[in-house]
Amino acid sequence: MKCRKCGDAAALELRRHNAAFCSPHFLEFFQKQVREAIRHYRMFPPDTPVLVAVSGGKDSLALWDVLIQEGYETAGLYLDLGIFEYSVESKAKCETFAAARGQKLIVERVVEAVGAPIPEVQKVTRRPTCSACGLSKRYLMNRAALEHGYRVVATGHNLDDEAATLFGSVLHWQMDALPRQSPMLDSTHPKLVRRVKPLYRLSERETAAYAFLRGIDYIVEECPFARGATSLEHKEILNRMEAASPGAKHNFLFGFLDKARPAFQQAQDVTLTECVRCGQVTTGELCAFCKLSEQVRRRTGG
Amino acid sequence: MKVTLRYPKRQVEIAGKRRVKDLLRELDVLPETVLVIRGSELLTGDTVVGEDDEIELRPVISGGSPA
Repeated sequence: MKCRKCGDAAALELRRHNAAFCSPHFLEFFQKQVREAIRHYRMFPPDTPVLVAVSGGKDSLALWDVLIQEGYETAGLYLDLGIFEYSVESKAKCETFAAARGQKLIVERVVEAVGAPIPEVQKVTRRPTCSACGLSKRYLMNRAALEHGYRVVATGHNLDDEAATLFGSVLHWQMDALPRQSPMLDSTHPKLVRRVKPLYRLSERETAAYAFLRGIDYIVEECPFARGATSLEHKEILNRMEAASPGAKHNFLFGFLDKARPAFQQAQDVTLTECVRCGQVTTGELCAFCKLSEQVRRRTGG
Repeated sequence: MKVTLRYPKRQVEIAGKRRVKDLLRELDVLPETVLVIRGSELLTGDTVVGEDDEIELRPVISGGSPA
C-alpha cells in the first residue's frame, strides 16, 4: 500500500477516507484535522492559554502534543482518581511527558475533593463507577481551570468516543444529553469555562497511531473499571458497522452535528445558579458534586 | 511468527506467511480496534508477515466515564 501523497510505503490505511499515508504525511494529516476542528468551531484563538485535561492515555497526550506543536500556550491538568496502580502509572506518564517538553502540569487529587478515591466512592454510593468518576472529572476540570485562570479546557475525546456517546444517547432518546453533545461547549456562566474536543474529527486508531509514531509513552493498559462499560459495548457495535461500511461512524457523528443537533437545540429553560456550598454552577441549590461528596463523607465518616 | 495480544496480555505462535488483514481475521480482531506494530513501524493490512516476525496487536479502544 502506498502513501497517497508521496507514493512511499504507507504506515496507516484510512478506509473511511479511501486513503493511506506514510508516517510523515499521516502526522501532517493529523495536525491538519486538529487545525480544522479548532477553526470550524472557533474553539480558541491562537493567543488563548489552553488547559489540557490529561489522563496519561493516547488521546489526551496526543492532543497535548499537537497543541504544543501548533504553538499554543498550554498546561496539563491531571486528575488523580486514586485507582490503585493504574493512577500511579498514568500520573507518571503525564509527569514524564510534561517534563520532557518543559510544560506545566497541574495535579488535582480526587480523594481530597470528594472525600475518598474513586474505588471507595463506588462502594459507598453504589453508583456506577464511571458515572461518579465522570461527574467528579467534569467538576474538578472546571474548578481547576477557574482557579488557575484558564477560560478553555481541552479534552482528548475522539470520533469514536463521540460516536459511542451519541449512540448511547439516541438508544435512550436522552433529550437533555443530545443538545449538549458538541465538540465545543461554550461558557454559559461566568464560573463555567469553555470545553472543547479538538480530536473529534480523528478516530481512536488514528490518535493511537499518532501517539505511536510521535514516540509518546502513554499508558496502554485500560482503566480497571472500564471493563464491561457500556461505552465499550457501543464502540464494538460501531466498529462492526465500520468494518462492513467504512465511514459509518464518521457519517453518524457528523450527520448529527450538521443536520440533527440544531433540531434538538431548542432553548433549554434552565436557570443556572451557584451551589450554596461550593459556589460552582448548578441548576439547583446544591450541586451534584457536593451531593456526591456529602454522601461519601457521611458513609466513610470523613 | 510471534503475535502479542493484550487484555489479557499473551503471546501466540502462528506458522506460515500471510497478509496482516488475514492474520487479523484468523484471530477474530477487527482492524479498527488495533494498531499492528512490528518493531518501530506500523503495518497496513496488505503487508505480508512471515515466520521470523514479532508482531504486536495493540488495542486502541478505551472506555469508561465521559468527562
